[in-house]
Amino acid sequence: MSSVREKVLEQYSSRVYKNRKEHVIAIGEHEKDVVTANTRAIPGIITQRGCCFAGCKGVVLGPIKDAAIIVHGPIGCAYYSWGTRRHKAVADEKNGEKADCYLEYCFSTDMQESDIVFGGEKKLKKAIEEVVGLIHPKCIFICSTCPVGLIGDDIHAVAKWAQEEYEIKCIAFSCEGYKGVSQSAGHHIANNQLIRYIIGTGDHQPEKKYSVNVLGEYNIGGDGWEVEKILKRCGIEVVSVFTGSGSYRDIKNAHTASLNLVQCHRSINYVADMMKDKYGMDWIKVNFIGIESCKKSLRDIGEYFGDEELKARIEAVIADEEDAIRDEVEYYESKLKGKTAALYVGGSRSHHYQLLLKDFGISTVLAGYEFAHRDDYEGREVIPDIKPDADSKNIESIEVEADPKFYRVYMTDEQKAALEEKGVKINYYEGMFKGMDEGAIICDDLNHFETEEFMKILKPDIFFSGIKDKFVAQKSGMLSRQLHSYDYSGPYAGFRGAVNFGRDLVMGLYTPAWSYVKAPWKDTPCIEGTLGGDEAC
Amino acid sequence: MLDYTPKEITERKAIVINPAKTCQPVGAMYAALGVHNCLPHSHGSQGCCAFHRMFLTRHFKDPAMASSSSFTEGASVFGGGSNLKTAVKNIFDLYHPEMIAVHTTCLSETIGDDLNALIIDMDIPDGKYVVHCNTPSYKGSHVTGFTNMVSGFIKYLAKKGTEPNGKVCIMPGFVNPGDMREYKKLANALKVPITMLPDTSGVMDSPMTGKYEMYPKGGTLIDDIKELGGCIKTVALGVQTSEPSAEVLRKQCGVEYVSMPLPMGVEATDNFIMELQKISKEEVPYEIEEERGQLIDIMIDIHPYTYGKKVAIFGDPDTVLGIASFALELGMIPKYMVTGTPGAAFETAGKALLEKFGVEDCTVKAEGDLFLLHQWIKNEKVDLIIGGTHGKTIARAEDIPLVRMGFPIIDRYIHSYMPLTGYRGAMRMAELIASALMDYQDSHCEEKDVEVVM
Repeated sequence: MSSVREKVLEQYSSRVYKNRKEHVIAIGEHEKDVVTANTRAIPGIITQRGCCFAGCKGVVLGPIKDAAIIVHGPIGCAYYSWGTRRHKAVADEKNGEKADCYLEYCFSTDMQESDIVFGGEKKLKKAIEEVVGLIHPKCIFICSTCPVGLIGDDIHAVAKWAQEEYEIKCIAFSCEGYKGVSQSAGHHIANNQLIRYIIGTGDHQPEKKYSVNVLGEYNIGGDGWEVEKILKRCGIEVVSVFTGSGSYRDIKNAHTASLNLVQCHRSINYVADMMKDKYGMDWIKVNFIGIESCKKSLRDIGEYFGDEELKARIEAVIADEEDAIRDEVEYYESKLKGKTAALYVGGSRSHHYQLLLKDFGISTVLAGYEFAHRDDYEGREVIPDIKPDADSKNIESIEVEADPKFYRVYMTDEQKAALEEKGVKINYYEGMFKGMDEGAIICDDLNHFETEEFMKILKPDIFFSGIKDKFVAQKSGMLSRQLHSYDYSGPYAGFRGAVNFGRDLVMGLYTPAWSYVKAPWKDTPCIEGTLGGDEAC
Repeated sequence: MLDYTPKEITERKAIVINPAKTCQPVGAMYAALGVHNCLPHSHGSQGCCAFHRMFLTRHFKDPAMASSSSFTEGASVFGGGSNLKTAVKNIFDLYHPEMIAVHTTCLSETIGDDLNALIIDMDIPDGKYVVHCNTPSYKGSHVTGFTNMVSGFIKYLAKKGTEPNGKVCIMPGFVNPGDMREYKKLANALKVPITMLPDTSGVMDSPMTGKYEMYPKGGTLIDDIKELGGCIKTVALGVQTSEPSAEVLRKQCGVEYVSMPLPMGVEATDNFIMELQKISKEEVPYEIEEERGQLIDIMIDIHPYTYGKKVAIFGDPDTVLGIASFALELGMIPKYMVTGTPGAAFETAGKALLEKFGVEDCTVKAEGDLFLLHQWIKNEKVDLIIGGTHGKTIARAEDIPLVRMGFPIIDRYIHSYMPLTGYRGAMRMAELIASALMDYQDSHCEEKDVEVVM
C-alpha cells in the first residue's frame, strides 16, 4: 500500500511533496503512525477547508436556538451559514422556561464601503437595538468576519454596552475568517466564550440521579434527538446539549450535570477540559454512530455511574433497540458486506462512521480529516508533543480555576483506575488510527488532486465526503454520500440511525441509473451488415 | 414558521434579516466557470471559496471548481502577494488550466492588495493567462461580482483593432445554463454568429459520462474573448448585469452595444429576436414563429387561472424585472418586487413596467430583504410567491404557493437545465405558475368543489 501513497505524492513538485508527505501516511508503514495536521493549507491546492468563522458561527454557535446571532460583516458570511447546516431545533419549554428558536433567521449588519472606511461599531449597535426591538431575544451573539479585525471594530465593547443597555446576555466572538488555518480555530474561540460567559451562570439542578451533558453533538438531521431519546429511556437526564437544538437556557446550567459525554472531540474538547478543571466534572468519549459503538458508549456510562439498576436498565434498552432493528440490519448487511469506503469529513466523522460501516461489513481504505489535530488521529497521549506553530499561537488558550462554589470530586483516582481496568477511559480519546486496518491511507487536508488520484487507484465503492466533492466523485461513476449533511436524510445516530444509514447506502449503490451511464451505441454495432467486406463499425 | 416576524413594520437602518442577495465573489466565480479551461481563484481566506463553491454546487448539483489563496493572519496583515504567487504556481503545476481568473474578497480588498502589480510580477507559463477583477463584498451583490468578472475578462483579453469577425457578442446576464442554451438556439435559428460571454452551458449542466472532467466541454473559448473587439455589436441582456461590461467593451474596442432586459416573456423576447434579426437581415424562421404562437396560445388558455392574481417576486434585479414583465403579460399583478441588490435603476424600471400596464398599488424595492417582504405579505396577502429557495419559509408560514425561479434554488432538481428565457422559457414559466395556482386550488378548495377537468 505504501506504493499507492508514493504513486500519488511523487507527482508533486519537490516543494509541495515536502509539505504533503507528512500529511499523507499509510497505516503501519512506519514503526509509529504519525501525521502532520492543523497546519496552514497550501495556496492554490484546492483544499476543501473552510474558515474560523464557519467553525465558530456555523458549527458551534449556529445551533444555539435561542441566541440571535448577528453576523458583523458584509452579507456573504451570514448568507452562506443561513440554514445550510442541518442542525435541527425547535422552540421548547423546560423547567418552566421557554427557549425560542431563531434558526430560520439570518441577521447581518451588511457592511458597506462606508463601514469599512469609518468603522462599523455604530451600525452594529444600531443593529442590536433593532433586533432587540423586533424579536426581544434573551441572548445575542455577535460574530465577526474578515474585515472586522482589520478595521479594528471593538465588538467586545459593543457586547458589553448591549448587555447593560438592554439587560440581556450579549457575547462577542472574534472569529475572523483568517484566524488559525481552518474551522478548528473557530471551535476554540466559541468554546472559550461559552465557558467564560455562559456555563455556570444558571442554577437549575437536575431532577434525576444520573445526569449528563452531551458535548459536540449538533443534531444534524435529528442525531441529537435520537441520542437524547435513548439516554432518556435509560433513565439518564440530559441537562444540556452542545449545541444541537441546544439553548442558552440549558447551557448555563451545564455545570450541574454529573458527567460530560463527548461525541465530537475536535470541536468541544476545550469545554470538556475546562469544565473538568473548573467544576471537577469528568468526561468520557462516546460514539453514538454505529450499533456496536452505541452499545459500548451506553455501557461505559453505566460503568461510570456504577449503579447496578442503571446498568440493568441500559442492557434492557440495548436489547430492545437491537431487537427492533435486527431484520433490517441483516438485510442491509447482506447487500453491503465486502464493499469498501473512503471517508473525508471535517474533524470527527471520518472516525465515527468507520465503526458504523464495520457493522455492515464495509471496510475503510482511506480516511482523512479537513481540520482535525494530531490527537484526533493519534490519541490524546500525543498532546504534550504537539508544538504550536505561528498560525495557531494567536488563538487564545484560556486557563480556568476551580470554581469555589461548584467544584466537586466525582471520582477518586482509585475508582478511575478500576474503571480503566474495565476498558472505560476517563477524560481520554484514543483517536482514529487505533483499530484501522494496516495499509489504509490517511490523508490530512485532502485536496482535489489527491482525491482524484487516490480514487483512481483505490476505487472504493463509496466516497463519503461533502457537497464540494460529491458530484466530482459521482461524475466518475462512484457513489458519494455526504457525511456532513447526510444528503438531507438522517438521523444516522443511535440504533434507528444505523438502519437509516444502511437504507441510504443500499439505495445509492443499487439505483438503476448507474447501469445506464454508457450509451448502448458506444459498444453495439450501429449498422447491420458489411461494407466492402469489413465490419461497418 | 418565522414566528418572530411582526406584522407591524418598523424602519430598519442597520440590520438586514434574511437577505435577498449575497456577496460579490460568488458571481465572479460563476462567470469564470463560463470560460473554457478556466479555473476561478479566490484571493482571500479560504472560507469564502468553500462557501461559494457550496452555493454553486447546491444550486446546480454539479461540481464547482475553484482555488483559494488561503490567507492566514500573517498574510492578512502583511499582504497576500506571496500567497497568490504560490497559488498560481501550484495551480498551473497540478490542475493545468489555460487561464486562472482571480477575484477578491472583503479581506484582500480591505488590506488593499494590488492585483495588477502582483500579476505583472508573476511568472506565467507560455500560452497561459492570469486575469483578475476586484470584487469587494461590501459593495453591491453577487450580481455586481458577475459583472465585474465579465468586465475583467474583457479588460485583459479583448483587443482594439481586431479584424471584424461578423459576430455578435451576447452578454447573457446572471442566468442558468439552460437559458444560455436557449440564447444560442435562437441565434442559431436566426443564423446570427455569436460569442457569448460567459457561457456556463456544458460546464454547470455537464452530462454523466462515467469520467470526471475538471474542465468540461463548455465555456466561452479564450480565443473568442480575445476577438471580441471584432464583433459587430454587443447585445447586453439584463440592463443592470450586462450593460456595465458592454460599456467596457465599447470603450476599449469601440464595439457599440444595445442593452435590453432579459428576454423573459413575450415582449422582451420579441425585442431580442428583432435585435438579432436586424443583424441577420433575414426573415424570422417559422420554427420561432411557431414557438411564439404556442406561447400566446398557452397564455390565452390559462388566463382564467392567472388573471388578476397577486404575486410577490424577489431575487436578482434583472430576473425579477423579467418575471414581473411576463407576470403582467399574463394579467397578474406584481404586488411586491424586491431585490437585495442595490441600484435605483431597479426601482425605476419596475415602476415603468407597472405604469405601462396601468397597474397600481404595487411596491418595488431595491436593497430590500425577505423579512420586510414577509411583513408586507402579512399586511396584504398575495396569491403566489416567485423567487429562490429562501422564499419557502414565507410560503409555508403564510400558506402561499411558491414558484422557484432565479438564484439560488437549492431544494429542487433539474431547474438549471431548463430555460426561463425565450418563448420556450416563457412556456415553462407559464406552466410553473399555472400549475402552482391550480395545485393550490386542488388542495385548498372544499371537497365538493374539486374539479376533474380544469
